[in-house]
Amino acid sequence: MRPLVLAGGRVIDPSRDYDAVADVLIRDGVIEGIESRLTPPDGADVVDVAGKVVAPGLVDVHVHLREPGREDAETVATGARAATAGGFTTVCAMPNTDPVTDNQAAVGFIVKQAEAAAAARVYPIGAISVGQRGEQLAEFGEMVAAGAIAVSDDGHPVVSSHLMRTALEYARSFNIPVAEHCEDPSLARNGVMHAGVVATRLGLSGIPAAAEDVMVARNILLAQLTGGHMHLCHISTRGSVDLVRWGKQRGVNVTAEATPHHFALTHDACENYDTNAKMNPPLREAADVEAVREGLRDGTLDVIATDHAPHHYEAKEREFDDAPFGVIGLETSLGLGMKELVGRGLLTLPELIDRMSTRPARIFHLPGGSLRRGAPADVVVFDPTATWRVEPERFRSRSRNTPFAGWDLVGRVDRTLVGGRTAFAA
Amino acid sequence: MTVPSLGKDLLGLEHLTPDQLRLILDTSEPFKEVSERAIKKVPALRGKTIVNLFFEASTRTRISFEFAEKRLSADTVNVAAQGSAVQKGENLVDTARNLEAMRIDMVVIRHPSSGAAKFLAERIRSNVVNGGDGMHEHPTQALLDMLTIRDHYEKIEGLKVCICGDIAHSRVARSNIWGLTKLGAQVAVCGPQSLIPGSIEELGVVVFRRIEEAIEWADVLNILRLQLERMTGGYIPSLREYYRVFGVTLERLERVQRDLLILHPGPMNRGVEIDSRVADGPHSVILDQVTNGVAVRMAVLYLLAGGRPELAEAAKGETEREGRGT
Repeated sequence: MRPLVLAGGRVIDPSRDYDAVADVLIRDGVIEGIESRLTPPDGADVVDVAGKVVAPGLVDVHVHLREPGREDAETVATGARAATAGGFTTVCAMPNTDPVTDNQAAVGFIVKQAEAAAAARVYPIGAISVGQRGEQLAEFGEMVAAGAIAVSDDGHPVVSSHLMRTALEYARSFNIPVAEHCEDPSLARNGVMHAGVVATRLGLSGIPAAAEDVMVARNILLAQLTGGHMHLCHISTRGSVDLVRWGKQRGVNVTAEATPHHFALTHDACENYDTNAKMNPPLREAADVEAVREGLRDGTLDVIATDHAPHHYEAKEREFDDAPFGVIGLETSLGLGMKELVGRGLLTLPELIDRMSTRPARIFHLPGGSLRRGAPADVVVFDPTATWRVEPERFRSRSRNTPFAGWDLVGRVDRTLVGGRTAFAA
Repeated sequence: MTVPSLGKDLLGLEHLTPDQLRLILDTSEPFKEVSERAIKKVPALRGKTIVNLFFEASTRTRISFEFAEKRLSADTVNVAAQGSAVQKGENLVDTARNLEAMRIDMVVIRHPSSGAAKFLAERIRSNVVNGGDGMHEHPTQALLDMLTIRDHYEKIEGLKVCICGDIAHSRVARSNIWGLTKLGAQVAVCGPQSLIPGSIEELGVVVFRRIEEAIEWADVLNILRLQLERMTGGYIPSLREYYRVFGVTLERLERVQRDLLILHPGPMNRGVEIDSRVADGPHSVILDQVTNGVAVRMAVLYLLAGGRPELAEAAKGETEREGRGT
């Protein structure tokens, strides 16, 4: 592979607080140097990226790639390609596949499919419990040896406090986070959207904010008890943001994520029974959106993660009660962050890159998230001023279930490099 | 002034204007008389085909719609979800499209999922009438409640109407709240707090915790059926206690010495939400509601089919003319 110079872009590397116009030299799959003006080596490809942002590739610690089991909705390969189209060089695949990714062979299968796809890097997350049934711990050690980087029963909250306690303790042996979908099922019951005035008007069963808050509180207390790394998925309520802030102030080993849909939309999006606005946790109220944005701003919420949840068109084309939860997000996340967070002055551009790349890589102990010399050349180049319209039929993802169809977003991905290789070019 | 119309569908009362509500109620008046005749039939919808698509068990609503359709001379087919293609996994859209391929004109749908009527209406060309969707709306029930109230008080504006019981799970409650508030009534709800959504006040209603307070306040009590599964669902401890604390009893009514109207959408649980002596007593207009239900549904079907309100009187007269011709 010939050396590559990305010339004249605004290079942003939150891992070193670097933000300057510079040239980036990539050779043999790694970052070789960043200088204000460097002389391209003989035979190098030089790409003019003036006016563009050059940043470490985006990292998403929470996606669903549906393989094995629902390849009609997404595969590891289509998901990994959707990722690079959205500027992501690394994604972490949740284990609620069919069969469940709860053993070393299943983890190895994801790794193998990801290698074959040769798009974004895909790291499997193993299940906490066998079959995600919440009874018996899965074999963390063997799954980690096979390539898992975290454990989670995402989609099936760990109801037993004892099991969560032991998972946090046992995970310490392998230095991996335990990621949890915080929801008390007995409070969420058969709810299909946020319990608020919109649900009351539409006559839909509500999921109260407290269903999330009580589990967030429990999980923070269990992290405190065990010293394990508790990672709280998709925080959606102001109460949960307050609880995470409280936990961090007390020094508990807790990290948390927010999704683009939870910082961009309220439960008003469910109006007209739009099943593309049905997800779990549900879209909440304006005050919750404000709290999530503030949490991202002050660092209470560490990272942005998409909870990319592909569903086949037929599955969403039905009554709201019966449609599955979840929306896709890989190809709209950067644009939403630019529009809703940077555009509103809540985050600076380097801070957005930090929440979408550097921090997720750091808290999940993943390569990437940095442009330091010698780091793998996982890089995104995007135009921070270009606006583009969300047209789901153009997605690389196999699914189209987005609530953002027709939105005009800011920040268009031009090129995504994974290990120095161009995995996506607009 | 343009004459208001209903548009293609009747999905709920939330998005209707006061003029549209009055249009339906006013158009119901001439149709009331049809049911009092020896020959209960007018030709207004002759040649129209209507499917009653019921995905949920219903006796009175289905029969009431069917009478309304038949008295307007429409051809009707009843489809019950039990035993139909729906049970074989066919989805709602395909069921509807198949019906439409048989060139029907209207669908009356009853469905356990909120939003199902709207979902259907957006996907087929036929007129859709919501016969009750999940916990969302039951517009014709609220319209017949309003007609019954108007019959008695000769107005709706300014009246105090309290809806009693399981508000959280009730489509009847929601449609009543929209319809009555739009026509200027004051609306309250009363029931155990575990069956009243926290955000209900944002819909413009007052909440009473005690049934005694509601009775003291109201001109009209609309008493909802308490579904027996609310007890097993953990919302209330027992039907016995419900009756003692929230039941509308003769003793409670007798404490107020003034005109008070008792409505119930049925079917009643006598001795749970309502005392038999109240249900069958002088305040009760429960059977008038049933009678009015047919007239209201005739009006809705007539208007959706493009019937002009000013011709409703003439439309019902056609029977005799046509009768003479044959």
